[in-house]
Parts: sequence; structure tokens; C-alpha cells
Amino acid sequence: MTDETGPTLAPALEMRGITKRYPGVIANDGISLQVRPGEIHALLGENGAGKTTLMNVLYGLATPDEGEILLDGQPVAISGPADAIARGINMVHQHFMLVPVLSVAENILLGDETMANRIFLDRREARRRIVELGRRFGFEIDPDAKVGSLSVGWQQRVEILKALYRKARILVLDEPTAVLTPQETEEIFGVLRRLAGEGHSIVFISHKLYEVLEIADRITVIRRGRVVGERLPSATDEDDLAELMVGREVQLTVDRGVSHPAGPVLQIRGLEARDDRGQAAVRGVDLEVRAGEIFGIAGVAGNGQDELVEAIVGLRRPSAGTVSLAGQDVTGRSPRKMNEAGVAYVPADRHRFGLILSFPLADNLVLTSYYRKPYARGIVRDPKAILRDATTTIERYDIRTPAATVRASTLSGGNQQKAVVAREFDRDLELLVLDQPTRGLDVGSIEFIHRQVIAKRDAGTAVLLVSAELDEVLEMSDRIGVMFGGRIVAVLDGRTADKNEVGLLMATGGAERVAALAATSA
Amino acid sequence: MTKRSSLAPNRPGPSKVARAWEILAVPVVVTLLSLLVGAVVILGSELIVTGRKFDPFLWFTAYAALVQGAFGGTDAIVSTLVYTTPLVFGGLAVAFGFKAGLFNIGAQGQFLVGALGAVIVGVALADAPAPIAIVAATMAGIIAGGLWGFIPGFLKAVSGAHEVVSTIMLNYVAVQLLAALVSGPLKVPKSPSPVTYDVGNAAYPIVIGGTGHIGIILAIVAAGFVWWLLFRTTWGFEIRSVGANPDAARYAGMRPKLLTIATMTFSGGLAGLAGTSVLLGVTHSMTSAFGTTVGFDSIAVALLARSNPIGVVAAALLFGSMRAGAGLMQINAGIPVELVDVLQATILLFLVASPVLRRVLRLRGVQAGIAETAATNALGTEPTD
Repeated sequence: MTDETGPTLAPALEMRGITKRYPGVIANDGISLQVRPGEIHALLGENGAGKTTLMNVLYGLATPDEGEILLDGQPVAISGPADAIARGINMVHQHFMLVPVLSVAENILLGDETMANRIFLDRREARRRIVELGRRFGFEIDPDAKVGSLSVGWQQRVEILKALYRKARILVLDEPTAVLTPQETEEIFGVLRRLAGEGHSIVFISHKLYEVLEIADRITVIRRGRVVGERLPSATDEDDLAELMVGREVQLTVDRGVSHPAGPVLQIRGLEARDDRGQAAVRGVDLEVRAGEIFGIAGVAGNGQDELVEAIVGLRRPSAGTVSLAGQDVTGRSPRKMNEAGVAYVPADRHRFGLILSFPLADNLVLTSYYRKPYARGIVRDPKAILRDATTTIERYDIRTPAATVRASTLSGGNQQKAVVAREFDRDLELLVLDQPTRGLDVGSIEFIHRQVIAKRDAGTAVLLVSAELDEVLEMSDRIGVMFGGRIVAVLDGRTADKNEVGLLMATGGAERVAALAATSA
Repeated sequence: MTKRSSLAPNRPGPSKVARAWEILAVPVVVTLLSLLVGAVVILGSELIVTGRKFDPFLWFTAYAALVQGAFGGTDAIVSTLVYTTPLVFGGLAVAFGFKAGLFNIGAQGQFLVGALGAVIVGVALADAPAPIAIVAATMAGIIAGGLWGFIPGFLKAVSGAHEVVSTIMLNYVAVQLLAALVSGPLKVPKSPSPVTYDVGNAAYPIVIGGTGHIGIILAIVAAGFVWWLLFRTTWGFEIRSVGANPDAARYAGMRPKLLTIATMTFSGGLAGLAGTSVLLGVTHSMTSAFGTTVGFDSIAVALLARSNPIGVVAAALLFGSMRAGAGLMQINAGIPVELVDVLQATILLFLVASPVLRRVLRLRGVQAGIAETAATNALGTEPTD
């Protein structure tokens, strides 16, 4: 970490009094931000606090109503992304903008082709520069590897290389660690530190407090469109940052209490399932979740977790194996039957599965119970009953919305997820299946949802929690299964499991596999 | 904007006027624009067609005659209603499909097959008591049209065959089937032209004016019924859910494939009812020339109504009045009735471009409705006629 006085040079980037209004909202309200050369500057804030708008202003995607942007002390008007890139500002998006079927070199060249002449690309020169750039920042990259075959961590490096290839001086990273294992995060942090050491300025957008504390030289916290504080990592801690970010005291770690597991509820034997392309995704999973316990599944995204969950709740037909619920074989039952058997499911993608965004909130709250009393008599729906129950649910689960009749699309992500949780939790359950229940949510919503899950556990529900957020799995689970390559490679005690141990299992699949790999490569 | 749910009434926000404008802006502006294009076509044709004195207000004469022919007097109004009736059924058929995310471009084929079903049973029961004959022939029309809709629905559910392609193909099959039957087994023996027997007692009774048959009332009832079905029943909720987000519908325990089949069958039944109403209410027998363009006009009606069943009635009335008034326009202004086709085609073109229009009008709901998206996608790649 750099010394606290910091470099005394003119800021590489300065944003002064940026105000951006949208109809009915002030997304940015006089935000000022200074990023010095060689500095890693963290921008911390909840979803909807205005981080994205601010970065869109910087990237030329939105024109500010007030305020100015200065680069090296000179005021500039940025007309669009191309202009921003030309001025050395580059953004690495949360969802990578890469073409999986193209090679690393081809992806990096897209949009900024190195030409041998007017017609042909100079691939050799491009490759050479890419390899050299990679080495300079501490990693060996094969420019001919197909991007689709790379791990998420390496894809991110390709994104960063792409920015560096365009001679970026200011690099904006939007939630860069959301999809990485702890080890990959450490490696990316290494890369970022080297970048800063070479004089690049980095804006690091995140809502993960401990990461911000670890990587940043300075932290700017914004809330509701305003800067509410600036901190040096040495002079603050997680509680302080959380309070600034949320505006009230927040309980960061879940007080999970003591669980009292009873008999097994969900029993899975030799389960296999294929993904949408017909490839084996779940390759023989044995699993048991008891009443009153939370079984967490940790794993890097794409190791068969989604398929496993879908096979359990009836959305995907298992190709082999059995699923039983409270001793009864329910393999291959339809989602409706599973729902009626007391299985609730919070899907990973709330926009694709959890909600119908163009429908009113009230309709979404009865999406899985619309055909039952009191919401329908025979085939005739009862809008009054639906609306009445929606109103009480909204109150009980603190869903922030102007009315039960507004479209689900108008709610913030956190409130949308609360709506899904409210719908799925609000009855007696045997089994609760949660797939990434807090992905992309702000601290306040996460706290709320975690409490609801603990309450369900204490009421005797068996909970299966899948999450790519290792911290979430560690904090919540009574037992942890690590999923790798479609199998559960280890089951650990949730109270004693070590973060690095789990991270290593997630990344490699465990000791035997590592040994096997070492043997083959030797 | 279509009413997306039964639960939309007291949404806070803009005033009633502003919300009415949100809903009506596109259809109203589109209609006015097409009338403008029609006026330009009239003026242009005046310049090209020589031998007539140039009249800069001919378009006004033409439109005045169009309105008078459609609404000037009881006969005109009844005529408008008769033209409107099949468009209501057809428009409902297409709109119902849109709600489930299906583009039933085969309304024309279902219309013809429905009329065939009605004429076969109607002729067979021509001497039976009228109530029995009417109900049986009508049911036959609905079932026949429904069968013609079931086929593409079933194909889509089991094999993923796109309904736009299969319904277009079935349109041709329907045309040939009709020609074969009318000039073959259904033909009146020794008749010089291919025509069937009259449906006799199965003909719809006249309830308004000289030609206003009971199908007019049936159409209004059908619009109310479809609205109720879509917005007040669990089945309608499932259909709208599948149309809006099939993945979420599956997650919620609905069965998209089954719903696809049911929706296409029901939609086909409505289109079949359109054909039935023309046959039993107007022509009373079938010639090989039976068929007009009701099925295709229905697509424009559903689009203009943005798939709202009540809007379908209004849009059908607009199109029906144009058809009814066209004759007088030709007599008074010398403008061929085909101008109405120009107007309807222009309306369709402007509707497909309505995302652009909404931006120009600065309307909030910029994201296109399901129907619009489905239609725009399909129209982008498939010719409608």
C-alpha cells in the first residue's frame, strides 16, 4: 500500500460536482472524485447509489447536467466510449464483453486492429505485444487460446489486457471479483498493484468491504447520489464503511445461532444431469440435507450447480440417480408437484426465472400459487384477494414499492429479490433451495435475506444454499459441500471450514485431483 | 398500451389524460399518418392519370364519401357493423395468440376452414329447426377452425416448428381444400359454377336493419369473453405468463407446451368463428371465391389494438368502416375501393415502425409490447401476404 500522503501530482482524473438527473431521480448529486496517477481508488456504494451513472458519465454514455471532468487538470468533454478510450479511459465490465469463439489475440484486437497494411491484420506483431504486455504484469498468456476455453479469472485478465493494449491510463473495473475464487481474486489484485505501480490509475467499483480495504489506496463512499465520505484504508474498518454506505448501523456477519438438525429431508443418490447442450454437467452427486440445517454448496460458477438445483426442483430431468424428499422418491416430478410437496426455490436469475418483469408486483407475488385458493376459485381469479395479500406481504417483507400494482421491472434489484423471497418463504416448507440468493444485492438486502433464511432453518426447514460468494456459504452453512466438475468433491463442517482450504478445493477439485494432475504432467 | 393485467387500475403516476394518451397515441397517430399517405396517393394518381381536371381537394371529397358511406344513415352503419364482425373475431384470434407470444399468421386459413365446417353442417341441417341448425353449424365452424389452429400448435409443442411457417403453409392447404370441396363433393350438381347449397335454416337471423345479423352481437360477446378469459382467469394468467416470460412460467409450474397447443387451438377457433359469421350471416353458401382478406386484415387489427380485446373492437370498427364506405367513395370521388388496401397496408407499416414513432412522440413506455415485438420480428423476415 502506498504511503498515506500519496503522490502530490495533479490528479489523473478529476470529476467535479457531477450532477445527473433522470425524470424523478437525481442519480448523481454534485459528486466530486479525484484519482491520482498510480492510485487504486475504490468507489463504494450500494446498488442504486449512483456508481454506474457516474461511470457512464465518465465513459461518455451519459451527459452530466452539471459539473465537469478533468484529465491531468484539463477540462474535457467526453462524447462517447470511443472518445473515452482515445483519451485513455477504459472500462472492464462486470459481464465480460468478449467473443468466446475467438482467440485471445483476436478479442484484444477487436475494435482496435493492428494492421500490417490497409487490408490485413498484423497478427504476429499483435501476438508479440500481447505476450509482452502479459509478462510485464506478471502472467503468461497464450494469445492463440480460445477465450471460451479460459477460466473466468483468465477471461478477466484478457479484458484487462484489452484495455492495456489500447494504452489505457485510467482503468475502471466494475465489480471485478464478483465471479472469482479467493485465489483468483488474489492474483487479480497482484496484477492491479503492478498496474498502479507503473502509474496507471484504477477506479475499483465494489460493494465488498474487505476487498476494498485490502486493495484500495483511497475509498470514496457514495449513497443516494452523493459522496458521503472519503476514507483511507488504514483509518477505517468494515463496520465504519458499512455504516457510511447504508446510512445506519449494519450487522455484517450473520448471527446464525445454533442449528438443531433433525432427520434427513432431501436425499440425493448418484444424481446425474446434462446441461442445455447435452453435456454431462452433474456427474454422480450424493447429498443429504437434514431438517433444520443449511447445507451450502461452494463452487466456481459453471461446475454443475445450476443443473443440480434444477434437477432437484423439477426443472431438469435427471439422466440418472434419485431424488427423495422426506423418504419419498420424487425423481423427475414436475415443478408444480415439487412446489406442492413443500419445496421452495429461489432461482439464480430472478429476471429470467423468478419474475415476470412486465407483470404487476402483485401478480408476481402469486406466480407459484395463482391457481389456489384464495387467489382463484376454479379458474376464476380473485384480484381483490391477490391485491389484499400482496399489500400485507409487501409490508411484512419491507418491499419498497409505490404500490402492489406497479410492474416488477420498476423495482430495484434488492426489492425484486425480496419479492421472490417473500413469495417462496411465506408458507410452511420442507425444503428451501436457494441459488445465488443475494447476487448483486446491497448490504441491507443481503442482511434481510440472510435473516429470513436463518428463520426458516430454525423453523425446521432443510435449506440447500448454492452460492458463488464463498463468504456467504461460509457464514451461513452448517455443512459445506464443494462442487467441482459436476461432483461434490468434499463435505466440510461449516463452523470450522477454512476459507483458503475451500477456495483451493473450488479451484482444483481437491488433493487427489491435484496429485493426479501433477503425476500426468510430470 | 395493452392492459397487462387485471391488477392495473389504480396505478399512481401520470394523470388520466396522460395515461389515455399513452395508450391511444400510437394507434391514433398511425391512423392519421396513413390517411395522410392516402391523400398523397390520391393527389399523385390525379397527376399521373391524364384526362381529368386536377382537383386539389379530391382527397377531401374521397374521405368525406368514405365517412358518409360508413356512417351516413342506418344502412351505412349496419353495413359497417357487418364488415366489422368477422374482423372482431379474427382480430381476437390473432391478439389471443400474441398474448401467449405466438404469431398466428394463419388466421386466414382457419377462417376458410371454419367457414367450410359451417357450410357442411349448415347445408346438412338446412331443414332442421333454426336454433339447432344455427348452433350446430356455428359449433362446427369453431371446431374446424380450432383444428386448423391445433395442428401448428401441436407441431410447435412437439418439434419446435415455428408457427409462422407452419400457419402460412396451412393457409395454402386451406385454400386448395376449399377449392377442391366446393368444386367437388359440396358442389350443387349440374350448377354451372362451383357453389354449395344454401345453409337454409342455419342462416343467422337479421336483428338490425336489413342486413345486420346476430353475429354482430356474438362478436361483442366474444370480445368481452376473451377479455375475461385473459385477465380474470387462471388460464389467461398462464397464457400471458408464457407469452411474457416462458422460463418463469415453467419455473412457476405452468406447462408452456400444453399452453401453446391450447392457445393455438382457441385462436384457430376464433378465426373459424370469423369465417362462420361471414358464411352464416352474409353469403349463406360458399363459392370457390369465398374468402376475401379477412384473415390477413385481422393481423393488422390485432396490431393496431396492441392485442387488447377491447381495442380489437375499436380497430375492427375502423377497418370495417373503411370497407363499408369504400363503395360510396368510388361513386362520389372516382377513387377505386383499393385505396382502402393502401390505407390498411400503410397502417401496418407504420405500426411495425412504432418503436420509432414512440421515440418521436416521446412516450415513456419505449419497450415494445410482446405483440409488437413478436410481430416486428416476424414481419421483418416473413412477408404477410
